[in-house]
Amino acid sequence: MQHIPLWAQLINLLAAVLLLLAFAMLAQRRVLTLINLFAAQGFALASSTAIVAFATHQPHLYWSVGLTLVLKVMLLPWLLHRLILKLDVRWDVEGLINIPTTMLLGIVLVVFAFNLALPISQLANTVTRATLGIAMASVMLAFLMMITRRKAIPQVIGFLAMENGLFFAATSATYGMPMVVELGIALDVLVAMLILGVFFFQIREQFDSLDLQHLEKLKE
Amino acid sequence: MIEILAVLGVPVAGAALLALVGGRARAAEINVGVCLITFAGAVALTVRVIGEGPLLIASKLFFVDSFNVFLIALTAFVGLTTSIFSRPYMRIEQELGHLTPGRLRLYHSMFQLFNFTMLLALSTNNMGLLWVAMEAATLTTVLLISLYRTPASLEAAWKYFILCGVGIAQALFGTILLYFAAEKLLGAGGNALLWTELNSVKGALEPTVLSLAFVFLLVGYGTKVGLVPLHNWLPDAHAEGPTPVSAVLSGLLLNVALYAVVRCKVLVEGSVQTSFARTLMMGFGLLSVVVASLLLLRQKDIKRLFAYSSIEHMGIITFAFGMGGPIASFAGLLHMTVHSLTKSAIFFAVGHATQKAGTQLMDGIRGLVTISPLIGWGLAVGALAILGMPPFGVFASEFLILTTAIHEQPWATPLLLGALGISFAAIFSRVQPMVFGETTVKRLPHRPAMIPVFVHLGIVLMLGLWIPPFLADWYRQAARLIG
Amino acid sequence: MSATGFLSQLLQLAIALLLAPVLVGWVNQCRAWLSNRSAPPLLQPYRTIRKLFTKDAVVAENASWLFRMTPYIVFAAMALAAAIVPSLATDLPFARAADAIALVGLFALARVFAALAAMDIGTAFGSMGARREMFVGFLAEPALLMVLFTASLISGSTSLPTIVDTLAHREFAIYPSLAFAGVAFTMVSLAENARIPIDNPATHLELTMIHEAMLLEYSARHLALLEWASALKLFNYSCIGLALFLPFGIAEGSADWLAILGATPVLIVKLAVGGFALAMIETLSAKLRIFRAPEFLGTAFLLAVLAMLVNLMLGS
Repeated sequence: MQHIPLWAQLINLLAAVLLLLAFAMLAQRRVLTLINLFAAQGFALASSTAIVAFATHQPHLYWSVGLTLVLKVMLLPWLLHRLILKLDVRWDVEGLINIPTTMLLGIVLVVFAFNLALPISQLANTVTRATLGIAMASVMLAFLMMITRRKAIPQVIGFLAMENGLFFAATSATYGMPMVVELGIALDVLVAMLILGVFFFQIREQFDSLDLQHLEKLKE
Repeated sequence: MIEILAVLGVPVAGAALLALVGGRARAAEINVGVCLITFAGAVALTVRVIGEGPLLIASKLFFVDSFNVFLIALTAFVGLTTSIFSRPYMRIEQELGHLTPGRLRLYHSMFQLFNFTMLLALSTNNMGLLWVAMEAATLTTVLLISLYRTPASLEAAWKYFILCGVGIAQALFGTILLYFAAEKLLGAGGNALLWTELNSVKGALEPTVLSLAFVFLLVGYGTKVGLVPLHNWLPDAHAEGPTPVSAVLSGLLLNVALYAVVRCKVLVEGSVQTSFARTLMMGFGLLSVVVASLLLLRQKDIKRLFAYSSIEHMGIITFAFGMGGPIASFAGLLHMTVHSLTKSAIFFAVGHATQKAGTQLMDGIRGLVTISPLIGWGLAVGALAILGMPPFGVFASEFLILTTAIHEQPWATPLLLGALGISFAAIFSRVQPMVFGETTVKRLPHRPAMIPVFVHLGIVLMLGLWIPPFLADWYRQAARLIG
Repeated sequence: MSATGFLSQLLQLAIALLLAPVLVGWVNQCRAWLSNRSAPPLLQPYRTIRKLFTKDAVVAENASWLFRMTPYIVFAAMALAAAIVPSLATDLPFARAADAIALVGLFALARVFAALAAMDIGTAFGSMGARREMFVGFLAEPALLMVLFTASLISGSTSLPTIVDTLAHREFAIYPSLAFAGVAFTMVSLAENARIPIDNPATHLELTMIHEAMLLEYSARHLALLEWASALKLFNYSCIGLALFLPFGIAEGSADWLAILGATPVLIVKLAVGGFALAMIETLSAKLRIFRAPEFLGTAFLLAVLAMLVNLMLGS
């Protein structure tokens, strides 16, 4: 077993923590904890990018770290918390299928994602290329979370978690996208959240609840 | 430089202005004015490209060549005609009590922002910015679809947001993979995402990565094109939003999404030397055509009917681009243009027809021609045009596509012909009683704006008979580019 | 078969048999401390076992040979497992005959016989306890296997001494897969040893019993052997956990018997700390409903599989 430098070990650890958080979000029932887990995921993401920036001497990545911290650890969770308070949401959310089955499906998806990522990570020349599989796995887990949830806010958090996974994929495969693109993506995410906030109020006004079963009337 | 500034900057300024005054009496006129200036800028850009050929503007940030210049002009033009149509339409809606001044303000400013995002997506050279613009286009229209705040419109907007959001996330992953493949050759930094640079090195890009990237990009942007099986949001969004929004969604956004797909296809084909990308596009296109034509038979709502018709036509265009070759690509480009014009004309007529009848259900609309000959004939001619009757432009492009298909993909031809036949029967049988016969509709408080309808149909007729040389030249050049 | 090997084997077995009840007593004492109560003395489990041995065994009339044989079988299985798990040294003659999978098989053997004996008499509580025990075991076994597989993947063999040797010799580094596997292993051992949050070992209500319900019909020497076997099971699980995740201090393959003697105090210290941690976990958690047990064990399985996948993916 060859010697891996300390910072690469730390990044591997953070990647594993990210995957664990994705599973935890999948199995979590309470919305408040979901938001905190999402913030924790953002923090793990920012730390891993910071370590990469430090170890590979790329100061422009620090901007990315700052952006992630401000947006995903502070701003978005704060918006979500306020939204929950105003909407007065206190659910114990039951998904479409029970939790052990969801977890098993999650494991299958993780294996699939690892398989998919293997040829790409062999082609990459970054030191963090092994974590690409984990990034893809967390994207798929977030997608699973979106499908199996029935209430609006966990679906949205799944959407944001998917974006987290994609961001991690970008950092691990290519040391981050160009700054312009990252700023654009961050702006999009923020605007999406704001629009959703308005949207939730409209839904609640109309249906008096945020259960998405009300939103399944339109068929072919 | 100044033209692109006009094309992009004017809508943004207009959006800001309308965010303040969009609820007042003259807002609709301001909207039309802003669109007019944008269109003028687009025309100036077009003239420049005719004269000088493909342009790289603002240190390679924007790239205007034969493929996207006519799309830019088309977008600006249809935006202009839609704003002309929306003026009386929204006024009637306001008087019927469906809209408040606040919502009208939202509508006008979002309309301009939507125009901006589409024009940005068309003119940018940076694939990452293309993604940002597509996502922004989705976001600007979410609130527009739920404008009426009915349960159905909220559901439509939610589906639209979630499905398109997930799709766009796949496209983001595809873009990341593209960047990953390009970074090795072009170095890190902004250059690796520029389409012109990617195009010049596409032969050396890693094939496995690019095929995987294309799958994600096709699924992602294909969701916004409305390809089956990712089309679920489309009928709802088109049916529940206000008609001007349906017109621009159908006429413009689908085109822009397909443009993004085709740009990616060009890159992938250069790298992966097999017909992988083509087969995928043909498969999705054919599936869309068949499924949409079958679902057309079950529709009761007029806007949903024409939304499925949009899915069908986008399927035909995707199939044409998938076949490739000079004739099929030429036909595909022509079809993009005429479909956009015809479909938006139909939606204009449908909008006023539904306002007259007070319902969107086709059973409730009868005998339009008796009360308002303009609307009745507009709808009838538009329906005939979209169904591929000669001498309209749609016939020309469908004919070219079918003959190429008989040559190169004979197995697909019976499916295409069958689907086109089914949709002809479905739409024609529905439109005929709506236009002729006993009437159930009432007069409208304001005069409907039918000029845009006939202008569009006139252009489509002209394109069916004679294509201006510069346009034909662009189509050929773009077809060569697309391959 | 060297002399030191033989000696270390005997010493290890003796230590296991002697220390297992003390471990249980220590855990009880820690729990009492944490609950601000006074505990029974540390050596109380010895006294209990000795008392039970001096009593007369009362056996139901319709009990079969299975009922009488089970305590001996279970005790033998646990003692054999104690002999296989390298708690003091890795040069164990017995261990060449068995590896990690056989170890799991030994535990399963004990569980099956205990469940069958509980159903032998035909009482309601016995059957209920047997069903629940098999239910928990059915869910916990895959997780345990996955944890052992993770360790085997890292060290390239399923033989326990080899695993310990490889893991002890790795340079100190952060291994996410081992961290996940450690958490999964803790959860599994809580379930298998009938601890909170799966089962309350101090309960008197038959309807909430899982493990205790299987012991209800036993008395005297049979009960003594079964109690001793439970303590041995806890001791074994603790030693497996220490061997996999904290293998420092275990005498290496060709060590002399000074090292083996030196390994004993290290083991005792590690077990003391582990026992305190167990008491802490028990105090901080509440017992789960039986229908939530699948979720708990599902999480453990998930973590174990994740550990394996992360190891495959990241190579650590």
